[in-house]
Amino acid sequence: MPLAKATAEEITTRAARYPSKQSAIIPALWAVQHEQGYVTKEAMGEIAQILALPPSLIEATASFYSMFLTRPEGRHDVVICINAPCMLRGADEMTAYLGQQLGVRDGQTTKDGAITWHSTIECLGACGGAPMMQVDHHFEENLTPERIDAIIQRLRTEPAPHGAKPEKAAAPARPRAKRTQT
Amino acid sequence: MGLKPVLTKDFHTENLEQLAVYERTGGYGGFKKALEMQPDELVELVKKSGLRGRGGAGFPTGNKWSFLPKGVYPRYLVCNADESEPGCFKDRYLIEKSPHQVLEGILIASYAIGCNLAFIYIRGEYLPQHEALEAAIEEARQAGYLGKNVLGKGYEIDVILHRGAGAYICGEETALLTSLEGYRGEPRLKPPFPAIKGLYGKPTVVNNVETVANLPHIVINGADWFGAMGTPTGKGTRVWCMSGHVNRPGNYELENGTPIRELIEEHGGGVWKNRKLKAFQPGGASMMVLLPEHLDVGLDFDAIQKAGSLAGAGAMVVMDDTTCMVDAARRYVKFFHHESCGKCTPCREGTFWMSNIFDRFEAGEAKATDVDLLLDIGYSIDGRSFCPLGDASTWFPRSVIKFFRDEFLEHVSEKGCPFKRTAQEAVA
Repeated sequence: MPLAKATAEEITTRAARYPSKQSAIIPALWAVQHEQGYVTKEAMGEIAQILALPPSLIEATASFYSMFLTRPEGRHDVVICINAPCMLRGADEMTAYLGQQLGVRDGQTTKDGAITWHSTIECLGACGGAPMMQVDHHFEENLTPERIDAIIQRLRTEPAPHGAKPEKAAAPARPRAKRTQT
Repeated sequence: MGLKPVLTKDFHTENLEQLAVYERTGGYGGFKKALEMQPDELVELVKKSGLRGRGGAGFPTGNKWSFLPKGVYPRYLVCNADESEPGCFKDRYLIEKSPHQVLEGILIASYAIGCNLAFIYIRGEYLPQHEALEAAIEEARQAGYLGKNVLGKGYEIDVILHRGAGAYICGEETALLTSLEGYRGEPRLKPPFPAIKGLYGKPTVVNNVETVANLPHIVINGADWFGAMGTPTGKGTRVWCMSGHVNRPGNYELENGTPIRELIEEHGGGVWKNRKLKAFQPGGASMMVLLPEHLDVGLDFDAIQKAGSLAGAGAMVVMDDTTCMVDAARRYVKFFHHESCGKCTPCREGTFWMSNIFDRFEAGEAKATDVDLLLDIGYSIDGRSFCPLGDASTWFPRSVIKFFRDEFLEHVSEKGCPFKRTAQEAVA
């Protein structure tokens, strides 16, 4: 899928602001993910062309950062923290409950393609509202089973935040490789 | 001592994130005043104030600025908003509530060091905060605080907001710069320090969000006013991020030197569920655990260091007497393993093995000798890693072994976690 003209233009504009066009790699990857929902090898090739940089450089950078997705996921992204400060306030119980309600394992997408969820050991910066999760990068704090129910119900019908993610994502068979599970 | 809102004093004001409201609280007065001063005067002012970096290391900010070599341009200011230390959520709070305060601080610092292009490196997970800063930068540009000729004073400054994409290591200043240049976020050898050779090989200052947020207040009220708060070596206030087993977790801005007891018992409302305090951890995931006997230590870089831990990035994780210290340490070790960039062997391999051994303890498969094996791996990582991430991965687990060795041995003799068993028995 070739990049939309607006995305290509955004990358060019962005690159012009930095003293070095290479600094625009991460912003470019964000622009692509924003448009297409994930970053393909082809898209990285296009970024390389726009920035006149070797494709290997784009791939080297993209593969370092855990937030760039390499395959389609659900319309909504749910990430629940299981690091120590969240654990102290019941994150393990909430994680088990979330998995149970969604009916798919950590790292997988629900059958209706609405939600991809995973637990993360990477602190998300809301320890004061633990247990917490991020829904499409927005904070949901002080989780209880009731709150999780309400959030899931909302996400089942809500469109994707950017309206760009594929309507029905292929349910991936394996959990996301980069995440650590306890 | 006690609550002393300086950065957070106007946080109850509605719509403070809007420029007009921020200006009504005196906002951008510091920057306007700074523009009337010579850049060198500003550096001296901040030096005299005694402000120390709030990102973790506590290095004096004014000194950091004065290391920039004379006559070498361009030079850059980078605001480190890559807050990722488990237990810390103050930068997020400062940005969310008052993005203009952070931006004003960046403008003051930029002017002081003679920089015309500043960057904010914000972690990828902070999307709403990214949007708040983006809006603030746009508003400030419209109002003439950013641009080719700021407020008609002939000073040029632009600010680029750069979003990270999930890597704890990028909070380390040299890894942050490498990441900002578009590469994998791996740390660089120091020296040369960023002040000499930083972003794009040019002189660069990296300052934390909370550090720059202090600047407008120091410029307006003076170095003596700032120096009157806190302790002789820890001036001013700090925003402490309290989490874990307290009744009222959250951010509390306290004068430096306030006893830890006051933070936990008074502001946090004490340990929850009427339980007893077992341990607490200042600073964040990296820092050593402290015990109830340390409650009267002051919240201050030097006092906490003297007590055997570090103030780090201002976290306060409270643990009650039902906490499994082995599991707490296991989470942090898994975190460091996950976040190790892989550049150096001690950190990459060491955190992997520590993580495996901790899993053995929780699964009831560990041997008594595994405790010393953990210490042995710890010594092989600490001081032998390329950057502080590796070193710091060992501090909390080693301190937990020092104070709670029995708990590790109980995991061995009971073939599993004794705390989980107690919890299950209580339910049954």
